[in-house]
Amino acid sequence: MAGVEQRAEIADDIVERKHIAQSLNGKQAHGPARERAGGFEAKMAKHSTHTIVTIAATFQIEYQQFLDPHGKVVSPLPAFANDKAALVSLYKAMVLMRTYDAKAIALQRTGQLGTFSSMLGKEAIEAGIGAAMAKDDVFLCTYRENGVQILRGVTMHELFVYWGGDERGSNFAVPRRDFPMCITIASQCLHAVGVAYAMKLRKEPRVAVCALGDGGTSKGDFYEGLNAAGAWQLPVVFVITNNQWAISVPRKAQTSAQTLAQKAIAAGIAGVQVDGNDVIAVHHAMREALTKARAGGGPTLLEAVSYRLADHTTADDASRYRPPEEVAEAWKREPILRLRNYLSETGAWSKAQEEELLKSCNEQVQAAAQAYLDTPAPPVEQMFDHLYATLPAAYAPQRAAALASSRSDGTDHAG
Amino acid sequence: MAQITLVEAVNLALMRAMAEDPDVVVLGEDVGRDGGVFRATLGLLDKFGPERVIDTPLAENLIAGMAIGMAAEGLKPVCEIQFSGFAYTTLDQILNHAGRMRHRTQGRLSCPMVLRTPCGAGIHPPEHHSESPDAMFAHIPGIRVVYASSPKRAYGLLLAAIRDPDPVIFLEPTRLYRLFKEDVADSGDALALDACYTLREGTDITLVTWGAMVHETLQVADELAEQGVVAEVIDVATLKPIDFDTILASVAKTGRCVIVTEAPRHCSIASEIAATLAEQGLLTLLAPVQRVTAPDVVVPLARLEYHYLPGKQQIAAAVRKTLEFA
Repeated sequence: MAGVEQRAEIADDIVERKHIAQSLNGKQAHGPARERAGGFEAKMAKHSTHTIVTIAATFQIEYQQFLDPHGKVVSPLPAFANDKAALVSLYKAMVLMRTYDAKAIALQRTGQLGTFSSMLGKEAIEAGIGAAMAKDDVFLCTYRENGVQILRGVTMHELFVYWGGDERGSNFAVPRRDFPMCITIASQCLHAVGVAYAMKLRKEPRVAVCALGDGGTSKGDFYEGLNAAGAWQLPVVFVITNNQWAISVPRKAQTSAQTLAQKAIAAGIAGVQVDGNDVIAVHHAMREALTKARAGGGPTLLEAVSYRLADHTTADDASRYRPPEEVAEAWKREPILRLRNYLSETGAWSKAQEEELLKSCNEQVQAAAQAYLDTPAPPVEQMFDHLYATLPAAYAPQRAAALASSRSDGTDHAG
Repeated sequence: MAQITLVEAVNLALMRAMAEDPDVVVLGEDVGRDGGVFRATLGLLDKFGPERVIDTPLAENLIAGMAIGMAAEGLKPVCEIQFSGFAYTTLDQILNHAGRMRHRTQGRLSCPMVLRTPCGAGIHPPEHHSESPDAMFAHIPGIRVVYASSPKRAYGLLLAAIRDPDPVIFLEPTRLYRLFKEDVADSGDALALDACYTLREGTDITLVTWGAMVHETLQVADELAEQGVVAEVIDVATLKPIDFDTILASVAKTGRCVIVTEAPRHCSIASEIAATLAEQGLLTLLAPVQRVTAPDVVVPLARLEYHYLPGKQQIAAAVRKTLEFA
């Protein structure tokens, strides 16, 4: 019993994690269940002196971390991490994401961009996924995965165009088969199953990667997707960003499950929990999951434990529902600092390089923002012209009416 | 050419589509070994294998959602939802994603999927097996809604739906599945979508209908002919978008119109047609348009089913009222 309680305590504490943070052990799990049903058990005992308990299945959830919040190595590094250039490139990607993110918020605050959802604090998850995927894999994302999208070739200009309120931003030049941001929660889990099914049917060594948040794990779409992926052993990797908050609802109110990774167990697939602020851990787990899926080894559910350092979106005020101390604590575990510490201490990164990187990121982001600001509003007919492959004749008059009623000076209603 | 039922025609079209295009896959609950609860997918598994004839886990939203993913990857999924009452859980995927993928990505990704489902009352089933969700689906932008009303049209329209590059909700009238047979040639020829089918030409009144009610409406037209009234009968067939030109032209000729549907009246397709006639055909009308619909109630269980469904009597009464209008 003590063992179970101790594990639960560890699971509740996202600061001091052990290598195996949680274990769900079928044998031990009978303990608390019996305790809760004490009266019933006692009554039964009068009639039955011998209760034979057979263990039908046992499970455990692994937790992976290589760098602690200070950038100290706490576990032997995976092979790829011995290549400092690879780590530097992950670091650069994370800094670019944060620069982009800050610019997007600045644009929104000055009325030059629509509602934006920040990825502040999850740059390691973004870089870890984006750098692990192959070009012709398919990424299915939420509205908080711009970092992966950037790494996969979607331009920051295109992303700004999207957030500025123009569907052309989702018609990115590359990667053509990646899905657009999915605003409805967890719907993309089912799309990912379909994408992966098509890949398997055609015997292609490709993988669908589906991102979602901790809130998304409460949706039926997530369970249905996970279950089907397991039933067909599809080449799909589900990655949960557990940032502790689904707008104002904390992770603990979302589910009683000790980990979100263990939701894989019911679907008969592998579930792994990683420190989502440790890019080495995320990237390593992603590489393993992708390699397995590509080789026909089936799906994986990855839970990356992190913290949403920003508001849910620019339309949200997180100070309404969470204490500033919690956010301040979370900043101590943020992903960029620890990798910089590690790289600096191992001589792979210097102050001069840092300054040069920040300058370069600022220039790239500035150029993308300017290109977006210089992009004219979409034409009115954009509403109609890609609704169907060919607009049905019945809707031609509506298209003509929309064109006729749009302002002759070319500005939209907001302009 | 063989005499076959409507459900056999659906099966024939599926066989044809799967044989001619390796990207066509069929998925749903019990569509494999069982051949579908109505046997619409009978024989597909043996011919095309379990990778293309897919028994899914029991989750309708999964079926619709994964079809969207398959379609984005270039497959042409044909989903079966066992009964349209179970299709409501797919609405999120159809409305929020299937109908929007092409527009959302400005043509980069598309959604060439078909979602087939049996509809309508009249077979004395349990609850949720008699729904008429046609108007609900027809309100969704970016999709097509097609309702077959005979073996021939089931074959030709289903082939058209499968070949169409956009999502199609394909409704099949449960009541007509095995009610009558028709000669259907397995020609591989699709029928036109977005088109009404004029099943009977007439000069005195236009009867507009779709789905299973086509059957009773044609019977009423026969009876009217015996009384010297020549009715034109139009099967709308594609409920979104609607070929209003054919309906308006017919009403311009006859001056009178009765619209027949077994769906509840409020916000029904019948209402949409009546509104369009009021907007664009008012001056050609000799009498107010009449709607014959089910009442705005829950479809009752078997004992009251035929009190709910509009029948020949109600259609005939509406026709009389229209003809007798000064």
